[in-house]
Amino acid sequence: MLSIKNLHASVEDKEILKGINLEIKAGEVHAIMGPNGAGKSTLSSIIAGNENYEVSEGEILLEGEDISELAPEERAHKGVFLSFQYPVEIPGVSVTNFIKTAINEKRKANGQEEMPANEMLKLIREKSELLEMDRKFLSRSLNEGFSGGEKKRNEIFQMAMLEPKIAILDETDSGLDIDALRIVANGVNKLKNENNAVLVITHYQRLLDYIIPDFVHVLMDGKIVKSGGKELAYELEEKGYDWIKAEI
Amino acid sequence: MSKYTEEDLKVELENKEYEYGFYTDLDSETFPIGLNEDIVRAISKKKEEPQWMTDWRIEAFRAWQEMIEPEWANVHYEKPDFQAISYYSAPKKADPNKTLDDVDPDLLEMYKKLGISIDEQKKLNNVAMDIVVDSVSVATTFKKTLAEKGIIFMSISEAIREYPELVQKYLGTVVPQRDNFYAALNSAVFSDGSFCYIPKGVRCPMELSTYFRINQAGTGQFERTLLIADEGSYVSYLEGCTAPSRDENQLHAAVVELIALEDAEIKYSTVQNWYPGNKEGKGGVFNFVTKRGICEKNAKISWTQVETGSAVTWKYPSVVLKGDNSIGEFYSIAVTNNFQQADTGTKMVHLGKNTKSTIISKGISAGKSQNSYRGLVRISANADNARNFSQCDSLLMGNNCGAHTFPYIESKNSSAKIEHEATTSKIGEDQVFYCNQRGIPTEKAIALIVNGFSKEVLNKLPMEFAVEAQKLLEISLEGSVG
Repeated sequence: MLSIKNLHASVEDKEILKGINLEIKAGEVHAIMGPNGAGKSTLSSIIAGNENYEVSEGEILLEGEDISELAPEERAHKGVFLSFQYPVEIPGVSVTNFIKTAINEKRKANGQEEMPANEMLKLIREKSELLEMDRKFLSRSLNEGFSGGEKKRNEIFQMAMLEPKIAILDETDSGLDIDALRIVANGVNKLKNENNAVLVITHYQRLLDYIIPDFVHVLMDGKIVKSGGKELAYELEEKGYDWIKAEI
Repeated sequence: MSKYTEEDLKVELENKEYEYGFYTDLDSETFPIGLNEDIVRAISKKKEEPQWMTDWRIEAFRAWQEMIEPEWANVHYEKPDFQAISYYSAPKKADPNKTLDDVDPDLLEMYKKLGISIDEQKKLNNVAMDIVVDSVSVATTFKKTLAEKGIIFMSISEAIREYPELVQKYLGTVVPQRDNFYAALNSAVFSDGSFCYIPKGVRCPMELSTYFRINQAGTGQFERTLLIADEGSYVSYLEGCTAPSRDENQLHAAVVELIALEDAEIKYSTVQNWYPGNKEGKGGVFNFVTKRGICEKNAKISWTQVETGSAVTWKYPSVVLKGDNSIGEFYSIAVTNNFQQADTGTKMVHLGKNTKSTIISKGISAGKSQNSYRGLVRISANADNARNFSQCDSLLMGNNCGAHTFPYIESKNSSAKIEHEATTSKIGEDQVFYCNQRGIPTEKAIALIVNGFSKEVLNKLPMEFAVEAQKLLEISLEGSVG
């Protein structure tokens, strides 16, 4: 599904990613863990196409197609979704209006007609129920005055609406209480199927109790230094990152 | 990296032409340039006005000659040469006794280009419409339907002839002849405009609308609108404006007077899209307008304006809250791009007790433009329990534009409650990236953000015009980030 080959990237001449290799197949859940400043959020921004980073080397392939030269919206149209660590506020634009615009832009890019209003409403109702969202929530301005939990729930709601091929969850567990975490994780699990994949970026193993990864990778100083199964997450939780440092 | 960058968008939009910049070759009768008492008399004569009207104009003209052009606004421009303008221009075929069938086909073609077929307007929108091209009113639709309710909606020239006592009673009562430099000029030379009277207790069943168009070169447009809502009546009124693209600056100095008698309500909406000049700041309309309303007891006046056009705008739609419990509202979106300059806002003058006013101003500046909000809230000594809420938000796009806020507050009554909130923000790269990530291209993302920013004001516009205004915002602003 997503395959990253020897990815090097920098911001303001400072190299942050130093040759990342990652292979995610359809139906899989991968987790990337690592200490602060390892480059986790940089990696997710680059996959999504943030132009503040310069990719100096390497490839990002989505279903075999190199997307590293595409604009962020084009990647989105092809099925890349990033759940932001800090979703931005857009005052005066309702959750509904925003997602409606996003869906229709995607459809337009893929040569489809706009989604009929009744179909849109039905889909919104269905997906908002999945995330146990209040109806009133849908008419509020996007992320404006949202609690941490509401912001993250809204991110996963958008993911549910857009049905991406690869969903990157950047620190989705931060700022969530245990109930919100359960709802969000539950949403992700229900959306997961044989035709898509999930990349979870997290600090703590906590989220991985709910979204169970097939593979865990440790990112340190711009490189993936260790990969393993879900048990690696527990090991990291218990021992921290220092032992890996010592190992390499 | 991407195939369509903000830079491309910027270039594309800088080259985007003003959509209404065409000129229609109409056979026109235009006065020689220059201004003196003879010209003022000639305008009055041309319009077959009664003596009192001619005298009123002359009085205004003499006052104007003694006045100097104001310089306090935060705008810079080369002052118009008032002797180089023609003060009267009329498409020849506009017969004052016209019906729609008599209208010049070239004129009708022009309306079509403007996107307003009169027939369509009649059928679909339930909007009664008056159209003023250059100096005269050329078509007033729906007159009959309105007449059944006793509503008078016609050009002011006709009203002066047909309802002189009404016009004489109210003309200049809200904006006196010598109110200010441009109002005095307008009082002397106004050539046409709309007149509207809603009788006691009548709720006007449709939106009333006037469409203003400057067509002829070297002319100024000085229209005068007088709107009277008698006791307990209601009316919603909309005006729209466009002009051809020209290299020289054209002057537009209008006066609008609103009178809301006891328990009456007037909603007055403007979508102003005069030619803004080209991207180097050449040409464009100077829009120097005086708009004011007066509220008697329990009356309400709402001004809503979407200002996207004109090279220079100088405009403060105001409300005098004379009667107790009266309400004044001002909702404004002012957009400036390229070299446009706008100094706009409102005055809320609280005279009566328990009077309330609300001011919501949204300024959006892009390119190298300057956008100023200037507002006055005055609470007089007798205005017990007066309330005002003001909110001025500015949105900046790019690094070369300016937003300024000049709120003046004068309170002579200690029971007054006045609130003022102001914010300034920039469209953030992070906002645009967030939208991009969801599949929304930059162009669309900016439109979305701007519309969100302006929503509180857009919501105040009548439904059918809100959509148009939204489109106008997009056209005026796209490509301004970066």
